[in-house]
Order: sequence, then C-alpha cells, then structure tokens
Amino acid sequence: MKTLSLPLALAAALLALSVALAQSQKPESASTTPAASYDPAIYAELGKAPEKARNRTNPLQNDPDAVAAGALLFEQHCAECHGDVAEGTRKGPSLLVPEVQNAPPGAIFWLLTNGVVRKKMPVWSKLPEPQRWQLVRYIKSLGGPATPAESSSPKP
Amino acid sequence: MSSIGRLAFLVSLFLCFLVLFSPGASAQENPYIVAYDHYLEEPGNLEIEYFSTFGTQRGGNDFHAFWTEFEYGATAWWTTEFYLDGQTTFGDSTIFTGFRWENRFRLLRQEHFINPVLYVEYEHTSGADKILKEVEGHDMESDYLEPNAILRKEHDQEMELKLLLSGTHMGWNFVENTIATKNLSNVPWEFGYALGASRPLALKASAKRCSFCRQNFIAGVEMYGGLGDRYSFGLNNTSHYLAPVVAWNLPSDWTLRLSGGFGLNDQSHRFLLRWGVSREVPGFGSMVNRLFGGHK
Repeated sequence: MKTLSLPLALAAALLALSVALAQSQKPESASTTPAASYDPAIYAELGKAPEKARNRTNPLQNDPDAVAAGALLFEQHCAECHGDVAEGTRKGPSLLVPEVQNAPPGAIFWLLTNGVVRKKMPVWSKLPEPQRWQLVRYIKSLGGPATPAESSSPKP
Repeated sequence: MSSIGRLAFLVSLFLCFLVLFSPGASAQENPYIVAYDHYLEEPGNLEIEYFSTFGTQRGGNDFHAFWTEFEYGATAWWTTEFYLDGQTTFGDSTIFTGFRWENRFRLLRQEHFINPVLYVEYEHTSGADKILKEVEGHDMESDYLEPNAILRKEHDQEMELKLLLSGTHMGWNFVENTIATKNLSNVPWEFGYALGASRPLALKASAKRCSFCRQNFIAGVEMYGGLGDRYSFGLNNTSHYLAPVVAWNLPSDWTLRLSGGFGLNDQSHRFLLRWGVSREVPGFGSMVNRLFGGHK
C-alpha cells in the first residue's frame, strides 16, 4: 500500500491542480450568441499583429477548394472553442464580429500562428502554413454577424 | 498482479471507456515517440496514449515494454502528464515498473524561429523499466540482461530536466532535446539528447474528409542517445538509436504512430519496434468541473 499511496496522491493532486488552473482562467465570452459575447477587448490581439504580418496576402485567395478545406479544418481544430459556425462559446469568442471579419487576412494568420497563450488560445503553427491560410479563407468567408434569428435557430 | 497494477488496470479501463464514448478532437500530432516538439496540449483537453516497444536483447530474452500516458493541457503554456509503465520479458514475467509525472512549460508567448520549452519530470521506476522513453548517461543493452526478479528490486527516483528546442519552417519541424537527469540517490548527473525532423506528406488540406489523404500522414526521423555523466561526459560506453517514424492522424480523432529504431553501436539494442495509439478528449477539464458542481 505504501508504494500505491504516492502515485495516487500525486495523480489526485495533479488532476485537481490542473483542472482548477484550467477553470480559473476567465472565460473569453460568456454566452454562445455573438451579440452577447461581444467584447472589443477580446479582439485587441488582432491589432497587435506587426505591419509586415498584416500586409501579407493570402496565397490561397483564388484557390477554389480553400474555403471547403478550411471548413473541415475549422471543424477539426477550432469549433470546439469557437462554436460549430464560429458563433462563439463560453471557451472562445465569436469570429463573426466585424473586428475579425474586417481584419486583414495577414492579421488573422498571424494570430493563428502565434496564439494568445495567456488567454488560452493555443499556438497553431503545428498546422502547415497552407492549412492556416485555408482556415483564414474559411473564417473570412463567414461574412459577418449573424442576425438574432439566425443565431438562435437550432443547428442541423 | 500487484495492487498498484490492479489500480493502473482499473484507471486505464475507465479512461478507455471515456475515450471510446466521448466526442474527439482531431489532433495534428507529430510522429515522434522519444523526441518532443514545442507544441503543448490544448487547454482543458486530455489526451490518452498507449505505446508499446518491442526490443531485442542479445544474450537474454527479448522484451515488450508498454506505457500509458494521460496528457492534460492545464493552460496554453503548461501541459502535465502522468505515465504508467510496465513490461513483459519473454520467458520471464510481466510486471508493473513504475510511474512518471512530467510537466512542460512554454517559455515564450509567441512563435519564434526556435521555441524553447522547459521539461521537468519526476520518475519512480524499478530497474526493470524498459520503455526506453529516453536514453541517458551510460544506458546500455547489457543493463537489461538480469531477470525481472532481480531488476525489480532496484528502485530509481529521478528528476529529469530537458530543454526542448523546436521550430517549424516550410512544413518541416525540427527538434533538439537536451536531457539532464539526477537520480535522487548518490548518483552523478547523467546526460542525453534527442533530435528529430518531420514533415506532413502534404501541406494543403483536402477539401474532402478522407482517411488516406496525404496530409494525414506525417513522416520523419528521430535520433537519441546518451552522453555519459558528470564525470565521464561523451560518447564512450553510451548507446544511440536512429528511428524512422510515421504518424497517421485519422479524421476519427485517433492518431497512430509507428517507429522502427536501429541501434547504432554495440552498446545499443539492435532493434526497437515501437507503436502507439492516442486519442484526445476535448473539454475534459470542464467535464470534471461540472462533475464537482462547477459552472454549467
């Protein structure tokens, strides 16, 4: 039993500490609707993109498959936090707001690459550069804020 | 089976159930089994991994070592992992060989050409541990010759520090890990290294959901070995391995890894065949929080 108690205690302490730490961080949005989650401060990180990064153009701007591929990537990597159609959840902000939709593609790409580590947004440079640009194409294709009727309609 | 073995079995069974019946999160995992890159687990997610190593043993019985990892993203800059190790030596016995608690801390906020991550691990294993998750000091094939009954009597408590350097450029990921290990008994610091390079077979994602698309496969190579200890630093009496590696990231949220490692000198095992399977459980932290009455 002596050999058992140490790993058990360690595992319990580890689990409690890490869950507490993960939960203690302030959620970036409080609701699942874009209107309610709107907080300009959340999007300030986009404005921190260096000029050189902001000015980059999307090399896949004219790729006919980029939006469809980006949609799949979004579903796999982003929807868990940002919602199925980027409407925002308690874990991540909406990407349908003007701050994102009007941002230069280069700024969104820069944010994806660097993450916002202290605000729980992971670094996504593990996705190859073309896949990050495909994600940017998809996010920009979403257009803009959903109407209240759209945002409250059930998802398929 | 010992009480700790039974506990490990029950915990693993529960977590396997959790993995099978929870929605997954598709990961883009690098194929390394020994080397580490700078990418941490997404916050709140739990990744459950199982790995096997089949190793040849000159002058003794071949072995199959295995370990389970529970990797949790505590924050975007801190990932913590708990390992349970075991092994079967053919013609001998199957035994539980210990546990490890590992933590990785991202040191810089943004992405750079080279990204440092600090790795701190405590391990409590027996001398029979054969998972070869890292090779350090004067680790040699002949260390594993004794039968399990003798090896398991030796208990190692070690602190292991690693500086993980990693960068991704043009789709290629390059890693360099420097290892320094201190046995908490009166044993000198031991050193080791791991190097790796990998790349997805395609950089653009397909517009269709597919299992066999080239972007789902990441291939590479890793090399690892010991560098002696504080009093005899260098390559003398150390073992080294070169291992091609491949990962298959399935759209069904599972990742499979395969690696064939070749010993590069007479002190190394001739061949190590490794494979692993993993799955990510998204929102595990929230799940546990709700279980204990946290926010809905």
